[in-house]
Amino acid sequence: MRASFDRRDFLKLAGIGGIVFASGLGAGVRAAASDDFYFVQLSDCHWGFEGPPNPDAKGTLAKAVAAVNALPEPPDFVVFTGDLTHITEDARERRRRLAEFREIVSDLKVKEVRFMPGEHDASLDQGKAFREFFGDTHYAFDHRGVHFVVVDNVSDPRALIGDDQLQWLAGDLARQPVDANIVVLTHRPLFDLYPQWDWATRDGAKAIDLLMPHANVTVFYGHIHQENHRMTGHIAHHSAKSLMFPLPAPGSQPKREPLPWDPAQPYRGLGFRDIEAEVARNTFAITEVPVQKG
Amino acid sequence: MNARSLGVAALAGAAFVMAVATAMHVAAAPPETVIKVVAKRFDYTPNVIKLKKGTPVVIELTTQDVVMGFSAPDFGVRADILPEKVARVRIAPDKTGTFTFVCDIFCGVGHEEMEGTIVVTD
Repeated sequence: MRASFDRRDFLKLAGIGGIVFASGLGAGVRAAASDDFYFVQLSDCHWGFEGPPNPDAKGTLAKAVAAVNALPEPPDFVVFTGDLTHITEDARERRRRLAEFREIVSDLKVKEVRFMPGEHDASLDQGKAFREFFGDTHYAFDHRGVHFVVVDNVSDPRALIGDDQLQWLAGDLARQPVDANIVVLTHRPLFDLYPQWDWATRDGAKAIDLLMPHANVTVFYGHIHQENHRMTGHIAHHSAKSLMFPLPAPGSQPKREPLPWDPAQPYRGLGFRDIEAEVARNTFAITEVPVQKG
Repeated sequence: MNARSLGVAALAGAAFVMAVATAMHVAAAPPETVIKVVAKRFDYTPNVIKLKKGTPVVIELTTQDVVMGFSAPDFGVRADILPEKVARVRIAPDKTGTFTFVCDIFCGVGHEEMEGTIVVTD
């Protein structure tokens, strides 16, 4: 664990680490099931977007990849929580963007990269193109004492997880002890963060109900292009920044429009996060990392 | 007609009078205003709906092209708008102000700009 804290100290000393946010209640603290580890969450890359909110739309993702590769220790894995690409109604163009995205992130120097779709990738074809490139849109995996569940709340354009997937989720969770350390990775917020801006999952409450019997659950998601930390009962929900443009705080202005690019502070509001799992305490320490050292 | 029959007849008569009174009351209630809203990629017409606090309305929704949604979270209503069908939501405004309604079914490149406002005044 000391090495991990040294790594966070390094991030701060190097001026690239942001706020550290500790998540998890540590309910029923258990003996360490395995070593602590960390992973990196990147989100909302929107590859293919063009416009004034990001004059470096074609360069930001590569900069983020370089920044991840420059971390003092490589993460155990990297996860992209959706909206890999920006929406297009042209199916060929969608595949072109997915292919370019995959090519760029193939430069990540990590053992494992996990993907899930956002509504920009999947809602217009129910995830067909995404699956051709990256496989299933919902799945589960275990990593060093933590059970990760990827929930797809975008392939249905109605922002539904759907009964079939909820049944699969119930079955997956039923195989976990009630004190298992569970991380949910998803794109939209599972709770009604701000439905006035479509920041919700219509049947997300059903997923939360399934998760509630488990004492140690943390949700990492994207979609809203900014940090947001919220609890539903004992479950912590953490949204991530975008790698294309930031969005305003929920309800802080009349319209959900990208925040303007600030030439004096380029890449402001863009970044990724380092998530350190302290497995024995069932906690996750989040360090926000900007795209560009500022 | 014995006493029992008289009692039954009296009850039936009372029920009839109550039914007529109820029907008259229903008939007397003013019909709720119907506001027609047409959705198409990627806007609503009209996109500003003006309401009076305390005066319920029915919003009739149709789409000219693809499946759309209508969601007004501040009033707890939403509907799917299917082609060639009319969807209806009832809004009973209990507060004044300006409130957003949005399309909550991902419908294409302009989906995120597809919204309108409900303005409620006293």
